[in-house]
Amino acid sequence: MSSKELTIISGKGGTGKTSIVASLATLAENKVLVDADVDAADLHLVIAPTVKQETDFQGGSIAVIDPDQCTRCGECIERCRFDAISDNFVVDRIACEGCGVCVHFCPVDAIDFPRQICGKWYVSDTRHGTMVHARLGIAEENSGLLVSLLRKEAKNMAELNNHDLILVDGPPGIGCPVISSVTNSSAVLVISEPTMSGMHDMKRVNELATFLKVPVMFCINKYDINEDIAEEIKQYGKENNMDFVGAIPYDKEVTAAMVKQQSLVEYSDGKAARAVKDMWQAVSGILDNQHN
Amino acid sequence: MRIAVASGKGGTGKTTVATNLAASLSGAVQLLDCDVEEPNAHIFLKPENEDVQPAHTMVPAVDLEKCTCCGACDEICRFSAIAQFGKAILTFPEMCHSCEGCVMVCPADAITASTRQLGEIVRGTAGHIDLIYGRLRVGEAMSPPLIDRVLELVDPGAISIIDAPPGTSCPVIAAVRDADFVLLVTEPTPFGHNDLVLAVEAVRMLELPFGIVVNRHDAASPIIHDYAEKEGIPVMMEIPDKREIAENYARGAMMVDALPEMKEQFQALFNGIQKRINE
Repeated sequence: MSSKELTIISGKGGTGKTSIVASLATLAENKVLVDADVDAADLHLVIAPTVKQETDFQGGSIAVIDPDQCTRCGECIERCRFDAISDNFVVDRIACEGCGVCVHFCPVDAIDFPRQICGKWYVSDTRHGTMVHARLGIAEENSGLLVSLLRKEAKNMAELNNHDLILVDGPPGIGCPVISSVTNSSAVLVISEPTMSGMHDMKRVNELATFLKVPVMFCINKYDINEDIAEEIKQYGKENNMDFVGAIPYDKEVTAAMVKQQSLVEYSDGKAARAVKDMWQAVSGILDNQHN
Repeated sequence: MRIAVASGKGGTGKTTVATNLAASLSGAVQLLDCDVEEPNAHIFLKPENEDVQPAHTMVPAVDLEKCTCCGACDEICRFSAIAQFGKAILTFPEMCHSCEGCVMVCPADAITASTRQLGEIVRGTAGHIDLIYGRLRVGEAMSPPLIDRVLELVDPGAISIIDAPPGTSCPVIAAVRDADFVLLVTEPTPFGHNDLVLAVEAVRMLELPFGIVVNRHDAASPIIHDYAEKEGIPVMMEIPDKREIAENYARGAMMVDALPEMKEQFQALFNGIQKRINE
């Protein structure tokens, strides 16, 4: 039997996604963890990984003009659609898209096109099992490619060691790294919050998961901040075939656990911790009944 | 003057700072919401007379009657957006980065510029604020080109406040790179601190002047203030950790409407930014 893969996303940032993933990592057995929020990863702060393997992440290439060979003809500037080449023929490495059009059209072959190391990825041991994570370099592109690589690595590892589950902590938003995190997952768990922005953003993330044909579960974190909006979110979920798996109350223990570098369910047996445990029962029940 | 509001971590209060800062100023103020994946500023500003325009990017269209299947387009494309399979040329518009390399290289003039919709640009007004925001099409992967379209609408004569997306990768850089000043909004938690350090690395790389706003400030958690002092970064404003503020936010209400005393603090924040830009 192949392993299930659950991707946890939120659309909006700051809804408590990583805190909940840390608790699920404590509760789930026989799994591999993936931190796919590659440009602002936080899960390691709670999970405290010991790195076993570190690998460079090779992204795309960037144009570099050799001033000694350059005849300053202007062909590259004219052809660049990203305004990445200055009037004195220096490539702005942040603006360069890595398309190689200037390299192709340079009449004197003065433009080199080296591949870039855009970050690092790691396989680590943690007290909750193996974790695959990464650090994308500042201002780098190709976060989607890096996320795909992490998921592929986790999948190989799960198959090799007979793990039943891969837990993926996804990034905020609905763009490139989110699409890479969600595509072909067994299911998505959306962590929403009862605010007007939280509701707006969970609707867009649900539209994305539906577009990618991945089944969606959702929970409402800090539901007692505004119970009317929480009810509205629940209603939206029902009307859109999303599985409701729980409401978690606001609890100061969540931040206290983070400060102690523990997951909520390790640190506390309070109201939020109990709600997260109930939610995990619901989530694993749905995953077990899924045929894929 | 361009002020960008950013943060490494999501949900720290970027939109709260951007919208309330805009509302506390007078004169011509623009708010450009560049968090195009999940734009939220309109929820709080409730703009009127919204005008919605689709935004497109270039993708190739191949005229198969002219195509000689030479493979030059396949060879130049680094993004697997156009590929030759035997006697067929296929395009994958969602992979295309719009470099136009295939159009330029085709010897038979068989490739022309078509379009893919990135999303929409919405414009509206809320009192003295001109709100402009991008809304990425669901399923579209590339947000930076849509952010660029939003920023093309910056009015150089106005005060422009840019609400940036979270993170530190390409979408954030697209949103903040031409700013005169960057406000980094954070919260006093280990996650807030960790992601602030990454955001500071990004603005330092771009050599932009910046300062910190501490949201949900609690004197008992000095983690951000300690870091700022060590790094010599100014803390420009503190927003207190009050349930009242969180409840207001949940309803989509503006902080300066519910707590009018905050308006002076946002004005002081603006004066502090101006002072630092002119230094």
